[in-house]
Amino acid sequence: MRTRNILYELIRMLLLLILVSFLAFVLIAKSPIDPLVSYIGTNSTLSPEAKQEIVEHWGLNEPVFTRFFKWLVNILHGDMGTSITYKKAVSSVIIERFSYSIVLMLLAWILSGILGFVIGVICGIKQGGIYDRITKLFCLMVKSAPTFWLGLMFLVIFAVSLGWFPIGMAVPMGKLKSEVTVWDRLYHLVLPVITLTVANISEVVLYTRQRVVEIIGSDYILYARARGENQGQIIRRHVLRNVMLPAITLQFASFSELFGGMALAENVFAYPGIGTATTAAALSGDAPLLMGIALISALFVFTGNLIANILYGICDPRIREKEES
Amino acid sequence: MRNTSLWNRRTRLTLLIVLAATYLLAVFFWGLFIDPSEYGVHYENKLLAPSGQHLFGTDAMGRDMFKRCIKGLSNSLVIGLLASLVSSVVALIMGIASAVFGGFVDRFVNLCVDLCMGLPHLVLLILISCMAGRGTVGVTVAVALTHWPSLTRIVRQEVLQLRNTQYVLASRKMGKSYLTIALTHMVPHVLPAYLIGLILLFPHAIMHEASVTFLGFGLPKEMPAIGVILAESMNHITTGKWWMALFPGLMLLLAVVLFDLIGETLKKLWNPNSGNE
Repeated sequence: MRTRNILYELIRMLLLLILVSFLAFVLIAKSPIDPLVSYIGTNSTLSPEAKQEIVEHWGLNEPVFTRFFKWLVNILHGDMGTSITYKKAVSSVIIERFSYSIVLMLLAWILSGILGFVIGVICGIKQGGIYDRITKLFCLMVKSAPTFWLGLMFLVIFAVSLGWFPIGMAVPMGKLKSEVTVWDRLYHLVLPVITLTVANISEVVLYTRQRVVEIIGSDYILYARARGENQGQIIRRHVLRNVMLPAITLQFASFSELFGGMALAENVFAYPGIGTATTAAALSGDAPLLMGIALISALFVFTGNLIANILYGICDPRIREKEES
Repeated sequence: MRNTSLWNRRTRLTLLIVLAATYLLAVFFWGLFIDPSEYGVHYENKLLAPSGQHLFGTDAMGRDMFKRCIKGLSNSLVIGLLASLVSSVVALIMGIASAVFGGFVDRFVNLCVDLCMGLPHLVLLILISCMAGRGTVGVTVAVALTHWPSLTRIVRQEVLQLRNTQYVLASRKMGKSYLTIALTHMVPHVLPAYLIGLILLFPHAIMHEASVTFLGFGLPKEMPAIGVILAESMNHITTGKWWMALFPGLMLLLAVVLFDLIGETLKKLWNPNSGNE
């Protein structure tokens, strides 16, 4: 029964993904970006006939729907086109860039998840205390601060004033690619990861805290206390179990914000990931790359949502039983 | 027990809202009517640290950062206002339509919401802004067209709940028209949630406008805007000009916090359960 639901969910997501890419395709196709101009440059000496030939070769004069269909067929053949900015195949640009971004996002995601959860549980248990108040204030501030500003502040404090960390990039400047060690990369990752972690942590903390407060005030906790369970037992047996899964689900469902935060943080730290590629592609009118990035980012968000939905179904007996009946 | 003193929670919260709103309105109008020469170029005082004369210091062209921030924030508020209005009207129509008609309309609205949430918000903003030709128009259109999904869900949820309540069913049985039911039962119920949702849209809109502008797809470079100022400050941060990044960001943060505060406080006040605590 459950496999059928997951299958249904997968098909729904696939259809949505196609629709989302169509939306992105229309947006890019209708934009004032002229693929021809961004490909040959504004002051090219090509004759109008030659231009016409390129237009026909690319199928630019065909209706949007046909073009989208062709693009989709090409995608299924593994061909995402050629990036104009990087003069490489879009797929190889995305793979290279994404390998940088995924490390950044994964680290920040895990860190904010674990730290946020722990802090949230502590806050919820010690509700109303000084620690709780400070954390809540901090979370509200961080939630209201734009990610790129947080990054700038970390740059000012840790890179410029204290000089602990490098200003930006993913590797030391002027070092040969073969000489770059893992430590160099990690060292350059610290500030972007901290920025992204701080930007994402407040949601987890506030959510976990809220849930813990609700649970602590519930009748079964009162009963557990009456039975003589001590604080540690209550937390382990009741609080953690009830909070952990929704918190993980929430964390999976936040891939969209994670991606946005990553793009901003990367631009602040000039980190050569997918975020900087997005701005570069959009600024230079690189339609194939932009389309590829839109597809990948949508896929990223959908994966998160899919996992969240499945986890929800598995973990919540109420939903599970409703589906099985 | 009834709290009869004047200084109860309700008064305190109301005062808080009034203060926050006054600050935001003051910034808005000050920026709206400010004389452009106040943040004009003065090369003789470039890159000054904050002082009594220049509260936030000056930038590489000698422009007063405080005045530029005020003007920039005011610009952001205008865009935020436009975006909130458009998004909230879209959300109201779609939310009510989906709850009232159900079936196909409901599925269509949900599909639109899913589509809009399928791409990371920032990517969608960049795509729409590019399509609309970047600049002021681009960023306004992008911010206005992408903030309705969450509010649509709220409105839909509220109306759905109301539709099956006893008093709505009863008044329909008594022969009241749909319009009367909508006006006397639905609107008063949905309005608070809707207005709060609208106010809470504001901070998102402002922050997204600043982000898109920071990345270079929003307000043009010559326009004072927090995003532009912060993007410029990146060139000077390495040389220790920290004030160029700190204060503009703080101004933005304060505005966002205040909008959040107004929204959350109104939520408490309008909820009869917590309003009189």
